[in-house]
Formats: sequence, structure tokens, C-alpha cells
Amino acid sequence: MTEYVLRRIAYFVAVLLVVTLVTFSVALLLPGDPALAYIGEANMRDKTMYETMRRELGLDQAIPVQYAKWLGRALRGDLGRSIRTREPALEGLLARFPVTLHLTAMAMVVALLIAVPVGILSAVRPNSNADRAGTVLAMSGVAVPDFWLGIMLIYTFSVWLKMLPPSGYVPLSQGLWPSVQSMVLPALSLGMAFSALIMRQLRSSLIEVLQQEFVLAARAKGLPERLVVGRHALKNALIPVVTVVGLQTGRLFGGAVVVETIFALPGLGRLAADSIFFRDFPMLQGVVLILALAVLLANLLTDLLYAFLDPRIRYG
Amino acid sequence: MDSGGRIAARTPLTAAAAGRHDATRPRRFRALVARTLRTRGAGFGLVVVAVVLVTALGADLIAPYHPNQLQEAGVLRAPSPAHWLGTDQLARDVLSRIIYGTRTSMQAGVVSVGFALIAGVSMGLLAGYYRGWMDDLLMLLVDALWSFPTLVLALAIAASLGPGLTNAMLAIGIVFTPVFTRLVRGQTLSVRERDFILAARAIGARPGRVMLRHIWPNVTAPIIVQASLLVASAIVVEAALSFLGLGIEPPAASWGSMLKGGYQYMQQALWLSVAPGVAIFVTVLAFNLLGDGLRQALDPRLWRQGES
Repeated sequence: MTEYVLRRIAYFVAVLLVVTLVTFSVALLLPGDPALAYIGEANMRDKTMYETMRRELGLDQAIPVQYAKWLGRALRGDLGRSIRTREPALEGLLARFPVTLHLTAMAMVVALLIAVPVGILSAVRPNSNADRAGTVLAMSGVAVPDFWLGIMLIYTFSVWLKMLPPSGYVPLSQGLWPSVQSMVLPALSLGMAFSALIMRQLRSSLIEVLQQEFVLAARAKGLPERLVVGRHALKNALIPVVTVVGLQTGRLFGGAVVVETIFALPGLGRLAADSIFFRDFPMLQGVVLILALAVLLANLLTDLLYAFLDPRIRYG
Repeated sequence: MDSGGRIAARTPLTAAAAGRHDATRPRRFRALVARTLRTRGAGFGLVVVAVVLVTALGADLIAPYHPNQLQEAGVLRAPSPAHWLGTDQLARDVLSRIIYGTRTSMQAGVVSVGFALIAGVSMGLLAGYYRGWMDDLLMLLVDALWSFPTLVLALAIAASLGPGLTNAMLAIGIVFTPVFTRLVRGQTLSVRERDFILAARAIGARPGRVMLRHIWPNVTAPIIVQASLLVASAIVVEAALSFLGLGIEPPAASWGSMLKGGYQYMQQALWLSVAPGVAIFVTVLAFNLLGDGLRQALDPRLWRQGES
């Protein structure tokens, strides 16, 4: 197990290095001159100021040197300064990360609350009306774009029924209920497609597990069906579901970009959209890097958890 | 018999075999379609995809008005017999824009997935066939690309390249490339160990020929399925990019940009948000159902399941 963990962590570091290279390259390609953006339109004609800024940003050096210096600074937690707000990029990112984390966590909870009961019901009675309804729900959930679902939810619950706020973020520190109210609609928009994926995965793996001999043995010794499914089958069927949840975290972070924009949530996703609009390349670079790091960590944890749950993986 | 005679004797046989092979193709295609349609919902998927394709190709003939033509009815008019889906904030016919938007979405879906298919399949074949350092290097790159949330990477690439449909398609293509690379690499690793590949290499076939003539035909089935599912995802990503202002540029019609424009008038004109959303939803659903049907049809292990 130790060897597997070490090998996996070494690969994580190698992939992370390539991720930084891609992130740096993407920012390098962004249109516009960063030095001009920093000194502002008012000082555009000031050549000395422009040259000084280029030197300060290291833009007068070769690209590999620029990358090495950027990487060195990033490792020390310095991701540059925002062109728009002039604050250190990392500070801005860390201030917004909890909002995105809150949104994705709530979306995951919503997804599990929908997917687990429907998935179990579909698997226990395959081809029944309940299963068909579950399949329709899953297919629709996968197909509905999260941003459109968000718009429809705002219209239904905020404009028409006036039950929930249409936008804005209330942190948990300002009260549980107002916070939940502000996050229900964004979490539902983001979590719907995710719940559909979990539902389908849970259904197929539970159907497979329910056909195995240990389930037959549990039934033969007279255990009620509730315990056969809940205590014996579900535990085994959840292993592939854990993998799907872990590996699809990136999907949630990606979806957060538009969902945060629609619901005016001050998270990383909205920051990414705003950074593109204002050509704030250090901030965009930071958002892309932090989200990729979060996905990489989620994948690493999933792999390690999977190896822990299923010994065949670590010896494979 | 001399060697020439042997060749002469063989030629009709080979031609007959080739004829037989050609004759079985339509039959195999019909069997594939029949098996696909046995899956629940696949028929609906196939019909909708066909309708969407015809609409995209014949938008000029089908649309009642030009997508950018200002209508006398005025701005934000509710659906009526003259304008079935109403008019938008600039007095343009919504139905016509939805019809032309089909073209944008189809173009985005097909071209970006086509790009990802070519790049991903080439990388997957190379990684799986050569293994060693090439495999390590390519998989490192693929795993790194895989680590970025799809929309975030597409957004960053599209921002770097600048707004526009071509750049959006390129961004989506790059983001989807790892899906095909991983799939083809896995299949290639398994196929390359089979006896017929060993035989081809033993008679001196070059690596390019082995990959294209012998390995490629054996890895196409899962790729067809994946491509169908990815077209659906590409349509959603393009709509999201357009919604964020990085897709097709105004005044061209796209479902995502229509949603962006309509969203601001939600209280006065809900149809502006409903119509493009329904178009995306139905098209994506259709491609997903068709993909599921193809998966059932192309994998013999799932045949019985598909019939249930």
C-alpha cells in the first residue's frame, strides 16, 4: 500500500508540473499587453514607466525564464497582483474559494439527496414504473444545462412564487437558514446533472451486486429486504459511486463558473468570468491553477480511497 | 501451375470475397440500426438528431425570416401566429433565430468533436502502440488536461484565442481530446497483443499500417458511442461560452447568446429564456439517447439488457 501511495503521489507532482505549464501558457496567449494593463490608459505614452513595468513583471526575459520565475513565486504563494484591484491575487482567490467550496458542497449534498433514494428504488425494482420514472429523471438531469435550469429556477421560485432570493450570497456565519436560502437554487442548478450521473451509476452497480451470491445468502437466512439492500448490497455498490463522485468534482467546479455568474455569487467561477472581461490575467491564471489543483487533489484522494476500499487496485 | 496462374486463379476468388464483403456492409448497417432502435429512447434520439441536422442544413429554407431582420411587430412581442415564438429585445423573430442557432450548435458539436477525435485518436494510437516514453509523455499531458474543469479550461483557452465560433470550437476540441486519447490508448493496448497484430508485424507491416489498417478498425465501436455523447457535451459547452460572451459574436444567432440576451428580460418575456433552453435540452437529450442506443448495439454483452 505504501509503495502504491508513494507512486501515486509522485505522479500527482508530475501532472501538477504540466498543469502549471499549461496554465502559464494560456495566460501568455491572452490578448493584450500586461505591462500596459498595469500602468493604465492614462500612462500609455510614458515609455519609461512602460519599460520599468515590463522589467518588473519580467516580460523582457525569455519565456522559459519567465515560466521558471513564475513557478518559483507560485510555490512560495505569490501569484502576482490583480490588474483590476491591485490586491495580491492569492488573497483574492482565498477570499472567494470558500464561496465556491460552499456551492459545490451544497450541490453534492443536493445531488446525493436526489440520487441515492431514486437510484436504490430503480435498482430494487428494475423495469418497474418507478425505475422508468427514475431513468427519465436521470436522462433529463444529464441533458438540462445547469445555467438554463438556474434561470428557470429563478423565474419559478423568485419571480413567480417569491419564495427564495434570486441572487446574492449569505455566508454560514450570518445564520444557517438565510445561508441555505441563498444557496438552494444555485446548488440545485449545479447538482442536478451530478445527481443524474450518480443515479445511473448507483442503479447499475446495485443491480449487479443484488445478483451476487452473498445477497442470495443474506436473503436465504431470512433477512428483511430492507437490511439486505441497506446493510449488505448498498455498501458494495457504493464503491464505484465514490469513484464517480470523486472524478466528477471537476465538473462541479466547471459548472460553478456559469452558475455563480447567474446567481451573482462572489466565488472563483464568477471571478474567472470577470477576470476574462477585465483582462486580469494574473487572477485568471490563479483561478485556473487553484481549480485544477482542487480537481487533482480530489482525484488523488479518490484513487487512494479506492485503493483502500478495493485491495485489487493497489496490487494491479 | 506457375505463379502467374496461381494469381489468375486467385483473383476471381478475391473479387468474390470482396463482393461478399461489400454485400454484407448494408446488412450489418441495418442490423446495427435495428439493434440501436431496440434501446428505449434511441428511436426518439435518432429522429430528433435527424430533424436537428436537417434544420441546421436547411435553415435558410425553413426559417420564416432572416435571423437579424427587425420585425414590424416590435420588441418583446409574445408568441403569435406571425411569430410563433415571439420577438426578442431587438424585434427579431425568435423562431428564426432558434432555427439558425441550430446550425451554430451543430457546427460547434460536430467540428469540435471532430477535432478532438482526430487529435485524441492519433495520440491514443501512438501511446498505446509504442508504449514506453511516448506513452508516459502523452499520458502525462492528457492527465494534466484532464485535471482542469472542462468549462474552466475551455473558457481560458477561448479567452486566450479571442471570442468567435472558430476559437470556441478549437477550445472545446482541445478540452475533449483527452477523452478520446484515453479511450483509444486503452483499446490499443489490448488489441496490440492479439495474434493478428503479431502476424501483421511478422510479415513486415509498418507501424503506421498496423495502426491504421489493423488496430483502428478494432477500436472504432466505443469511439462512435463516445463521439455521439461528446457532441451533446460540446453543444452545452458552446452554449455556456456564448452565454459568457466567448462564443459566437453578435448578431449571429446561437442558443447560448440568445439565453444571455433573454435572461435580462425574464420578467417581461419569459419565452426568450424558454425557447433556446428547450432547444439545447431536447438536442442534448437526443444525442445522449442515441449514444446510449449505440452503446447497447455495439457491445454484444449489453444486447440482452438493451432489449429488456
